[in-house]
Amino acid sequence: MSNEIIEYYEKKIDNLDIDAKLKTALKKKVSIMYPKMSYDHGEAVGVVAAQSISEPATQTTLKSYHRDATAGLEITQGLPRILEIFDGRREPKTPSMKILLLDDYNNVDGAKLVAANIRETVLKQVVYEDAINLVNMNIEFTFDKAQLKILNLSLDEISKGVKKAIKNIEVKIEGDKVIVEPKKANITVKDLQSIRVKARLSYVKGIKGITHTVIENDSNTWIIHTLGSNLKKVLKIAGVDTYNTKTNNIFEIQEVMGIEASRNAIINELLETMRSQGVDTDIRHIMLVADAMTSHGKVYAIGRYGLSGIKSSVLARANFEETVKHLINASAEDVVDVIDGVVENVIIGKTAKVGTGLVNLVIKKTDK
Amino acid sequence: MVSVIEKINFKMMSPQMIQKLGAINVTNSEVYDADAYPVEGGVMDPHMGVIDPGMRCKTCGGRSGECQGHFGYINLAKPVLNILFIKQIKTVLTYTCEHCGELLFSKDLLKTSKLSKIKPSKDCPVCTKANRKLVFERPQTFKRDKQIITPEEIREHFEKIKDSDVKYVGLAGGRPEWMILTVMPVPSITTRPSITLTTGERSEDDLTHKLVDVIRTNQRLASNLEIGAPEFILDDLWELLQYHVTTFFNNEVSGLPPARHRSGRQLKTLSQRLKSKDGRFRNNLTGKRVNFSARTVVSPDPNIGVNEVGVPAAITRELTVPARATKDNLKELKEMLNRGPNQIGGANYVIRPDGLRKKITDMNKDLILEEFDVDFILERHINNGDIVLFNRQPSLHRMSIMAHKVVVTQDKTFKLNLVVCKPYNADFDGDEMNLHVPQSAEARAEAKQLMLVEENLRSPRFGGPIIGCDQDYISGSYILTKKGVIINKKDVAQLMYAVGISEDLNKEEYTGKEVMSMVLPKGLNIEYKTGFCLKCSECKKGKCVSDAYLVIEDGNLICGVFDSKAIASFKGAILDRIDLEFGHKVAIKFLEQLTRLTLEFIMRDGFSISVSDMDISNNTQKQIDGVIDKSLIGVNKLIDKYDAGEIVPNPGRSMEETLETLVMSELQSILTRAQVIISDNAVENSAVIMAKTGARGSMQNLTFMAGLIGQEAISGGRIFRGYRTRTLTHFKQNDFSAESHGFVRSSFKKGLNPIEFFFEAMKGREGIMDSSLKTRISGYMQRRLVNALQDNIVQKDISVRDGAGTIIQFLAGEDGIDPAKSDNGVLINLKRI
Repeated sequence: MSNEIIEYYEKKIDNLDIDAKLKTALKKKVSIMYPKMSYDHGEAVGVVAAQSISEPATQTTLKSYHRDATAGLEITQGLPRILEIFDGRREPKTPSMKILLLDDYNNVDGAKLVAANIRETVLKQVVYEDAINLVNMNIEFTFDKAQLKILNLSLDEISKGVKKAIKNIEVKIEGDKVIVEPKKANITVKDLQSIRVKARLSYVKGIKGITHTVIENDSNTWIIHTLGSNLKKVLKIAGVDTYNTKTNNIFEIQEVMGIEASRNAIINELLETMRSQGVDTDIRHIMLVADAMTSHGKVYAIGRYGLSGIKSSVLARANFEETVKHLINASAEDVVDVIDGVVENVIIGKTAKVGTGLVNLVIKKTDK
Repeated sequence: MVSVIEKINFKMMSPQMIQKLGAINVTNSEVYDADAYPVEGGVMDPHMGVIDPGMRCKTCGGRSGECQGHFGYINLAKPVLNILFIKQIKTVLTYTCEHCGELLFSKDLLKTSKLSKIKPSKDCPVCTKANRKLVFERPQTFKRDKQIITPEEIREHFEKIKDSDVKYVGLAGGRPEWMILTVMPVPSITTRPSITLTTGERSEDDLTHKLVDVIRTNQRLASNLEIGAPEFILDDLWELLQYHVTTFFNNEVSGLPPARHRSGRQLKTLSQRLKSKDGRFRNNLTGKRVNFSARTVVSPDPNIGVNEVGVPAAITRELTVPARATKDNLKELKEMLNRGPNQIGGANYVIRPDGLRKKITDMNKDLILEEFDVDFILERHINNGDIVLFNRQPSLHRMSIMAHKVVVTQDKTFKLNLVVCKPYNADFDGDEMNLHVPQSAEARAEAKQLMLVEENLRSPRFGGPIIGCDQDYISGSYILTKKGVIINKKDVAQLMYAVGISEDLNKEEYTGKEVMSMVLPKGLNIEYKTGFCLKCSECKKGKCVSDAYLVIEDGNLICGVFDSKAIASFKGAILDRIDLEFGHKVAIKFLEQLTRLTLEFIMRDGFSISVSDMDISNNTQKQIDGVIDKSLIGVNKLIDKYDAGEIVPNPGRSMEETLETLVMSELQSILTRAQVIISDNAVENSAVIMAKTGARGSMQNLTFMAGLIGQEAISGGRIFRGYRTRTLTHFKQNDFSAESHGFVRSSFKKGLNPIEFFFEAMKGREGIMDSSLKTRISGYMQRRLVNALQDNIVQKDISVRDGAGTIIQFLAGEDGIDPAKSDNGVLINLKRI
């Protein structure tokens, strides 16, 4: 493994635009420096990582709950966002996606088209007029044609959406009208009115939960930012670059792409939030936290219901939170604490197996 | 022979076990008799241990301190539930047959699902009788068909359960009927010592009070049972007994009124003793009070070494290190012994080879001196050069506790070098710090090798220096290395004397850069752009007009000025380079010499700020006014646009909210623009030097003082709180204008008008609230993080594994490089070459 790292650096040196003599000197330096800079065994990387993340959080004012991202979407930032990731919340406070597009769609029209397909549209957004026809006992919807064109929405889609939303109705298309009729005898006006309200709120296009889309042009790459997230459905939409599209909902990533992807998402999200606040923390610390959170096959939170709650040691759990509960459960279930971890050893007064506690000194006797 | 705890097994205690462990059956509710002696069979019976000096334990014969106490027991007249196991009791009741005690589910189901997910069958699969529906009423009542089932009935039911079935209902630690108490253990007296007040009155522990309640109720219940009292009286007493036993175990059961002291204070019973921050676990087991420590105020001392700490003489006379006499150090130790306890470098105690410990006084020191010989242990005072640990709370990272070498001083405060303020986050407005003296040679060696200040120069957080210069050191080094600084030989000699280096001065005059070069290590090569770089389109490098390109060749400063980018903590590039290439020792030496040089120089040169540093020219003022006026007009235009309904709302926002964001960003841009104007027109005075070198303050601070304060933001927006339609009564209702919502046009130097002052105070208050709330939140975050990750340790194969041995990372950090030893997180910085 260590050779690979040295090779990696050697390759990097080879690609540099410097003379050969310097290159060999640098390579030599790399092979000398690597063992000097590598971890000593026994190093408490976990604690160092925890400190490296939370120390700047207490020192600097990790300010502002929200930051104006591109074009006015407000996404949770700073300390609240970091807490959100560690808490392992199923849904972030402000779920958001960053959708990139395939080459064919990488233009204004393409972006607009994809955005229209993604953003949820409720019937009332496109309705021009809805009238209750008392003669035929049905409701007639007429539409804002300009809006329909912008959203690339057909009457077919609308009738399907309405049908899905309300039970026991018949939906017909007559010219540029959509007519909704309840499927029952003795229709009252009250029935019609309630159906009209329901129909106006029925989803006719897009993905439920994605309430807003903003299109951004970043040096000829068209990006769609969204408020609301649904990775599974967005990836199915034509024109979406499935390789580069991102969401800030880690659990969605876990479900759609698996645990490795959610580990990377945790690293990226943490790194991005910390960097945006001007906090300089080595990526290794963040990687360790992400690895610890995901090493059990699903995302565990940092806290009593997550990593701290699944520890094998009773004393360690009792020491953290809910002391009595853990002790009682342990005695009911005949649990043996083998006193392996750090706190357990601190509690009973033994040297913990960390750092210099991992090794013993033996005096080498020399005959004099 | 020292016995070591290898493992701890948690189980339940059977009634027989409780009786067997108990030294005495506690039956008497009286505590003391008329002569104030503990009553035989009472809760303070000396069979359960002793707390008074001079008395002997009636069970083991040990004195106070030798005997650790013995349990007693109470035979309960009727069984009661153990509230702590109420959840388990409920589970067993739900999943076993009330008639025959057989399981009400198939064991095979446990292979695929958890017990809590399994639905018990109504009819028993073995005896086929129907089970009545169980209802649990919090906190401690079970009902079947609206009829209370008594603990006695529960116990009878539980006794029927087969031993082999017990583990399937989540109970492997004992029989289910043990969760219903028939015998209650009485904790030893040492667990609940009574205190004698100065008035001679005895004050009993909360647990003792509770035990008396239990015994008294138990007695009443027993005698009523004997005389065959009516059912309802018995039930009442039984319930009361249950209450007392419950609150003895846990006095915070929801749904039960907590037991109180006569004064109304809640009693602290067993659960409360263990729980939370002040409980046994966090306060006494994980964290402990220690000996050999000191705490006092800290003061700065620029003349003390970076690795050193000044310790008041009075403290050195209190703190000791054990030193074993050998034939090599016998003479030395005898000298210390001879100095006695009241002189610096003396000693406080002697431990003879037979283990007897003697306090040294000026009276008996001659006597002790006579018998003092090899293998005696002398507890000698700490003295110059001893290794101690120094700490400032909150201990947020590992650099919050570092090892220093003692320097005995005659002052009353700890002294520390200013460059270690950063890692401790210390200042001198009254901060106190703690000092600990490691007692074993092993501990001292570890402290010296791993915790010494110089070993912690590089922060593991980002791999750069965390120790570095600050404030005057930076402005001093800037003024020294500025273009055109000429110092004559005599002054250079003085500076060199202050630094403590001797160098042949063969020139009559030296430039500041040459003087600075004298403290730079030979062989140092570095070049970079300083903070004064104007970011020209083409860099002229060494010929830079503003001297912003720094070049050091072989330890000689060729061009460029020193600023925070050179020597400060976090960004100090020169410091970083010296540490990487020459090692910690050279870096620390460089820091010490540099700080002495710059301090001596800045003292001779003179450096102070005044209000006039904040003066700006009329022209500058006009420019700023222009910017403000233009923006205010812009704001009014936006308001007009809003009134006309022409504002395009942001996604997810209303028109009003969009208007606010637009107005806010317009107003906030004033400050940045004013800052640019002030920055461009600034004459180089002390305040500007400090801001531009990064010594102290920022251009924004100067803008606040000289230019304007600008928009006061509260929770991210303009100020709207106050009266219903306006912030203050001095404004018209529904006024949207800038000045009525917290725009401050004045500068600190000019002074704020009352309205502006009020808004400024609002912002200040928000800042204070914010920071005090945030420290709580991030403090808890740190506790959670540390707790979740503390067992993740680098193993011998450089993999990271957690407490259970699960591999977290195959190669620590994925490349095995420790950021604390790295060059800002990488093995080698190829960009620099």
